[in-house]
Amino acid sequence: MSELEKVLRETARRLLEENQVEVIIGFEQGTLPLRTTPCFIRDPDQVDRLVWNASCGNNLAQYLHHTTGKVGIVAKGCDARAIVSEIVERQVPRENVVIMGVPCQGVIDRRAIEALTDGREVLEAYIADGKLVLRGAASEETLDLQDVLDDGCAVCQHRDPPLYDILLGEPIGGIEGAAVRPTVEQVASWNADERWAYFSTEFSRCIRCYACRQACPACYCPECFVDQTQPSWFAKSDDLSDIMAFHIVRAFHTAGRCLDCGACARACPMHIDLRTLGKMVEKDVRELYDYEAGMDLESVPPLGTFRVDDPQAFIK
Amino acid sequence: MDNRTIEKSAIAGFLDELLETYQVFAPVEREGILGFELLRGSDEIVLNAHNTRQAPKEVFFPRSETLFTFQEGKIISTPPAEKERVVLGIRPCDARSTIVLDKVFDGDDYQDPYYVDRRQNTLLIGFACGDPLSTCFCTAVGGGPFSVDGLDLLWTDLGDRYLVEAITERGEALITDYPQFGQATAQETNRKAVTAAQATEKVSGPSVEGITEKLDGMYDDPFWDELHQKCLGCAACSYLCPTCHCFDIVDEGTVTSGRRVRNWDSCQFALFTHHASGHNPRTSGKERMRQRVMHKFSYFVENFGEIACVGCGRCVRECPVNMDIRAVIEAIGQAGDGSRISDR
Repeated sequence: MSELEKVLRETARRLLEENQVEVIIGFEQGTLPLRTTPCFIRDPDQVDRLVWNASCGNNLAQYLHHTTGKVGIVAKGCDARAIVSEIVERQVPRENVVIMGVPCQGVIDRRAIEALTDGREVLEAYIADGKLVLRGAASEETLDLQDVLDDGCAVCQHRDPPLYDILLGEPIGGIEGAAVRPTVEQVASWNADERWAYFSTEFSRCIRCYACRQACPACYCPECFVDQTQPSWFAKSDDLSDIMAFHIVRAFHTAGRCLDCGACARACPMHIDLRTLGKMVEKDVRELYDYEAGMDLESVPPLGTFRVDDPQAFIK
Repeated sequence: MDNRTIEKSAIAGFLDELLETYQVFAPVEREGILGFELLRGSDEIVLNAHNTRQAPKEVFFPRSETLFTFQEGKIISTPPAEKERVVLGIRPCDARSTIVLDKVFDGDDYQDPYYVDRRQNTLLIGFACGDPLSTCFCTAVGGGPFSVDGLDLLWTDLGDRYLVEAITERGEALITDYPQFGQATAQETNRKAVTAAQATEKVSGPSVEGITEKLDGMYDDPFWDELHQKCLGCAACSYLCPTCHCFDIVDEGTVTSGRRVRNWDSCQFALFTHHASGHNPRTSGKERMRQRVMHKFSYFVENFGEIACVGCGRCVRECPVNMDIRAVIEAIGQAGDGSRISDR
């Protein structure tokens, strides 16, 4: 147990014992190597289930949409920003959530491990001194932890939660240097046809399981546009144009709200690059409106308001 | 039927010839994802693949299927498949899933012509699992890494060659047409028995003994209040599952022309069985998760006498929040006394 986990458990126990919250949403050990699983703890005697490590990749803020009463929640930078957005968008009352902020060193991308291990099954794994040791049936390999982190984490500017009630651990600041993922830079350099080809190939793998939507803290419509039947805006079959329409409209709906937390991409069973489209829209919003979602409770989301000096050069 | 062998170096030649007569579906890696794809050439096949990302159920039950088209008041039927098909490299768990699907789509009460046509038109060549994954639990749900249920042929990896066993007459007839198959020695057949025993030993999983009876009394148990909490409500589990078979039928097009399509559906969706009246019988994740578990381990058993899970482990590996069905089965074993999961 790390020092941070110790503080996390003590804090969670205190919040529950003092009835400050009814439930703690955090992570516990999963059933597979390098997997944690979200947990909901109501009994102070159960707080030792809580863990914090580089495999805490889900964005827990998504659960606030379905949880009633006062909630204590473990929040890395991304989760805390999502909570800020939920409060700003009046989905979660500020007074109902106690944010246990955790500075985040980045989360593991299972796809990166899969690519590096080339089909060899990992039976046991542990992290020590910035290295990730993977044991298989007949192999042991050591990887640099940095090489298997989600590539968004490698350029993360918001590792510290911008809003918290209790901060667990010391702030670590953003990563210096490059602020754009290589994939985003590459896609941005392409012309429209090349981009269309790239996204068509990616989305052609989509099986419409909607894991991306369900994992996304910004996707909380009581009825998603794609589920509406009267009228039905999109066909529900496997036609690529309908699949593309779903992903593009989702990017529109989350424009100026997407945090680029990557929860969608990590949830996708078909390993689709779901982040890049959202990130490019996020970049546009940042450049046009000087706005970044989830940073503070006061700023109004640019697509939720109108200012006479709003840029409009893109309206053609 | 005597056992045969085929040398690995002869497989490309066999496939080239097979492709002249049959459509062949086999494990192929496209865009980084391993799946059962229509083989374009013998060099595409991945022979040493573990379970593919998606189950091969799509070969029989496509994710979206046009049932018929209509134009100016006339219905135009979808023509049945013309070419005979072979699924090569299917694992025993997935082969067993076809038996589960048969009960739904080719049962006593109802025969689905689209599904039945494909099933009758397709031979299954299985690859025994000499090296099952830690997430595999086929033996816990009545299968095994060397199970022949649903197969026409079973191939076992013996290093430089495969031992080829004919399970059905159709399987036997298929290989007699090709020169790449030689007579197997008794020693080769024995080697398979050793591998099979070792592989079976390697697979473990939770006991499902009595689960159906247990679930029968658990519909209103507080167990369900907590089980679903972390579930995101996506369909990664059901869409990757070899046995999940729920579907939705929709008409696409205009009044004058269009098509009727059958699409996969998932009990985890809010829209699943949402009535036209607006009433939704399963309003939250609790009811939806209960439906998934009950359908696999209770309702299906009551209807068809089999558990609708073959232990392939896909949902275990790919659930975005690590909802592990093995842990759920274990928790059911301990539940049913009215207590909550967190009380235990």
